[in-house]
Amino acid sequence: MMKLRAIIVISIYAILVALASFWMAKQSYSWFPPEAAAEAKLLDDLFSLFTGLGTFIYLGVIGPFLYSLVFHRAGKYDLSDGPPIEGNTWLEIVWTAVPLVLVLTLSFVSYRTYEKMAVRGPMELVHLHMPQMMQPAYAEPFDSTPQQEIQKAVETAPIEQINVIAKQWAWIFHYPQQDITSTELHLPVDRRVRFTLRSEDVLHGFYIPAFRLKQDVVPNHEIDFELTPVKTGTYRLRDSMFSGTYFAANQADVVVQPFNEYQQWLADAATASPSPAFNQAAFEYSKANDREGATKDKVAVRGWETIPPAAPPVVNYAPKHEPDSPPA
Amino acid sequence: MTNISLEAPEVVRGQPYPGAPDNWKRFFTFSTDHKVIGIQYIVTSFFFFLIGGTFSMIMRGELITPDADLVDRTVYNALFTMHGSIMLFMWTFPVLVGLGNYLVPLMIGARDMAFPRLNAVSFWMIPVVGILMLSSFLVPGGPSQSGWWAYPPVSLQNPTGNLINGQVLWILAVAISGVSSIMGAVNFVTTIFRMRAPGMTWFRTPAFVWSVLAAQLIQLYGLPALTGGAVMLLLDLTIGTSFFAPERGGNPILYQHFFWFYSHPAVYVMILPVFGMYSEILPVHARKPLFGYRVIAASSILITIISGFVWVHHMFASATPGWMRMFFMVTTMLVAIPSGIKVFGWVATIWGGKIRFTTPMLFALGGISNWVFAGITGIFLGSVPIDIHVNNTYFVVGHFHYVLYGAIVMGIYAGIYHWFPKMTGRMYYEGLGKLHFALTYLGTALTFVPMHPLGLMGMPRRVASYDLEFAYWNVIASIGGFLLGLSTLPFILNMVSSWIRGEKVGNNPWRAYGLEWLTSSPPTVENFEELPIVVSGPYGYGRNQPLVGNTPNPELTEFPESLTQQQTS
Repeated sequence: MMKLRAIIVISIYAILVALASFWMAKQSYSWFPPEAAAEAKLLDDLFSLFTGLGTFIYLGVIGPFLYSLVFHRAGKYDLSDGPPIEGNTWLEIVWTAVPLVLVLTLSFVSYRTYEKMAVRGPMELVHLHMPQMMQPAYAEPFDSTPQQEIQKAVETAPIEQINVIAKQWAWIFHYPQQDITSTELHLPVDRRVRFTLRSEDVLHGFYIPAFRLKQDVVPNHEIDFELTPVKTGTYRLRDSMFSGTYFAANQADVVVQPFNEYQQWLADAATASPSPAFNQAAFEYSKANDREGATKDKVAVRGWETIPPAAPPVVNYAPKHEPDSPPA
Repeated sequence: MTNISLEAPEVVRGQPYPGAPDNWKRFFTFSTDHKVIGIQYIVTSFFFFLIGGTFSMIMRGELITPDADLVDRTVYNALFTMHGSIMLFMWTFPVLVGLGNYLVPLMIGARDMAFPRLNAVSFWMIPVVGILMLSSFLVPGGPSQSGWWAYPPVSLQNPTGNLINGQVLWILAVAISGVSSIMGAVNFVTTIFRMRAPGMTWFRTPAFVWSVLAAQLIQLYGLPALTGGAVMLLLDLTIGTSFFAPERGGNPILYQHFFWFYSHPAVYVMILPVFGMYSEILPVHARKPLFGYRVIAASSILITIISGFVWVHHMFASATPGWMRMFFMVTTMLVAIPSGIKVFGWVATIWGGKIRFTTPMLFALGGISNWVFAGITGIFLGSVPIDIHVNNTYFVVGHFHYVLYGAIVMGIYAGIYHWFPKMTGRMYYEGLGKLHFALTYLGTALTFVPMHPLGLMGMPRRVASYDLEFAYWNVIASIGGFLLGLSTLPFILNMVSSWIRGEKVGNNPWRAYGLEWLTSSPPTVENFEELPIVVSGPYGYGRNQPLVGNTPNPELTEFPESLTQQQTS
């Protein structure tokens, strides 16, 4: 009788936990910025699966944990011991096997998602020859919508090549076909884009949260990196790898626009003559230099000495908006 | 003619010289008593915990508004660098070594560590490390600003041009800390292998000792890599070698391999002893044997082995080849299995028990619940696609602070409260302890849960300023951070006042099994009047069997009346 009751209670709890996990999995989509790239959809689906399973495990463990804390307390004058149960082989095998199966499954699903994202271009830094891993995913049969979009984009248009130069502390985007430079990244929607990432000094991180993608930029390396924007709008590119004093200010806007507008922008930029762009790091550094007591050799900042920022980049196109009240 | 005494002065083992002080002054001597050294470690590390915590509160003050307005960017960078460095090298490692130092010889029935003088030398290097770290605030250019990773090329940039600068001092401090830890590891491993009491077979050895052994084995294989990497970085910085400097043909990614080969397993060096403490505390305060003791003990060793193959998951975005990403994704996730074994074992231990909500029990239970959460977000980070989005964001900061503060710091508190009566012979004040627990648990959640959504939204870590969209969660995290700072006050008050005038309790106020509870509180210089002969396993609750053959069973009836009232009211 007791056993039947226990089975019913556990079943009801399992159903409730499953429902809560499903709800959390659905909720997880709202925790992210907009899905502005095909890769973002893939990642969000994977994250949702992890959230669902993670919630199930968490509640599955914490439920019995809290139950025993509430119902298995010692009585006021009870100094006796609990039952001396030391182990249960069957139970121990089950709770070793279940996590093993779970993590292997999650690894496999993650691997499939990574393969579909195919963020690495042909310059993959692979010394070990493993063709099936290096092959871009768009050469494989696809089943998901984003992947079809990537495939369609790849099949219908050439890959858009853009060179990215990172330095302390600015991002410069170079469009080699038109030989245009910009401090704002413009991308055509629904087309595969290939970046070649270079760093002039230290490690930087090329990170656009709305695309869910990130790649460290390593000095002395050219790193190819591919993605497909699928939603027009303005997003933020951030430096994700700590790069020194003005690290936090090393940001840029990413404008995803329809192909014709993108081409128009390229054409307009090609006619503009290069001029220095506003740069937050250079601006703050010069403000610090202007302070009383500053000399050429000693920079009077409120903190400690710093590597001077590179000169503001000279580019064909720079966004017009400058900060109204720049940070101190 | 003067009288010359022909009797040799009485030398007590553990005393550096005859007549060494037997009061509080002994904590300021080169004592070779493992218990004195243990307390030296714990108190010293707590001093630095408060300094590192103060730095973090200045940082949370900076981050309460989006602009970089409270401190200059260089100061902010120095603060997060020193916060991380101090919290790891001066707080978490030393405090755990201190607890291990105090407890391991008592738990295995030894009179001291295997190499008492080496033990003392290991400790006295820690204040040197601390002085080096803090003195970097006084050199021109200030402390290192390159983060506790000290990734080159940023760590090789030296704006002052001076030979002695914050980064050099930082590297020296880390290298000395590494040498101290290697010496400590040799001592622990030798002690545990060679000095267990007669009859203490491996599967009669307490889970805490297993976990300390597992952790110290990681130190032995991992620390040489970190220390070697640090020396190479020092050479690059000072005499212009080119191991990691890209402008001279070096490879900065190589440093990351050296660094993470140790510094990821280092997390297990810190959490394993805490797992061990949970495994000791739950059976006592739930009055049940540790469920699955053998598997829990073995899982510690399994973590040691797996942790040698996880380091690249910190480098998924660092131009790491695809095959390496896949291999390390699987190995990283495999850590979930031994960790899961432990968690299930703890839940089964308290299931059906006679639980008392004492302060150590509350901290242990709170720490375990935090660990479950942190462990699950750890699986997220193991997955390459998810990691590509969230690494180097606040999601990671939230995750590892849930591990470090939520599970490890709370576990350390649990351990200190649990063994406080053993160390001092006095009981702490339960009311203050519970207040401390409530503030800590709430503060942990308020500070570190908001960091997860911040990371998913795309806020990078280590930023002194941020976009307006991140303000909401940052304000909550900052309030939580200040609360955590506040939470340490009842703890300090409790420890100091209880040590001076707390209620005197007997040798075994918790009615616990375990060799350490057989001796007096505080234990005598040589720990045991007569070395125990172990005849059964360490968790005999509910079984009424002797633990040792040559001394009486642990006193199971002694229970302070005042404590009974507090706990059950």
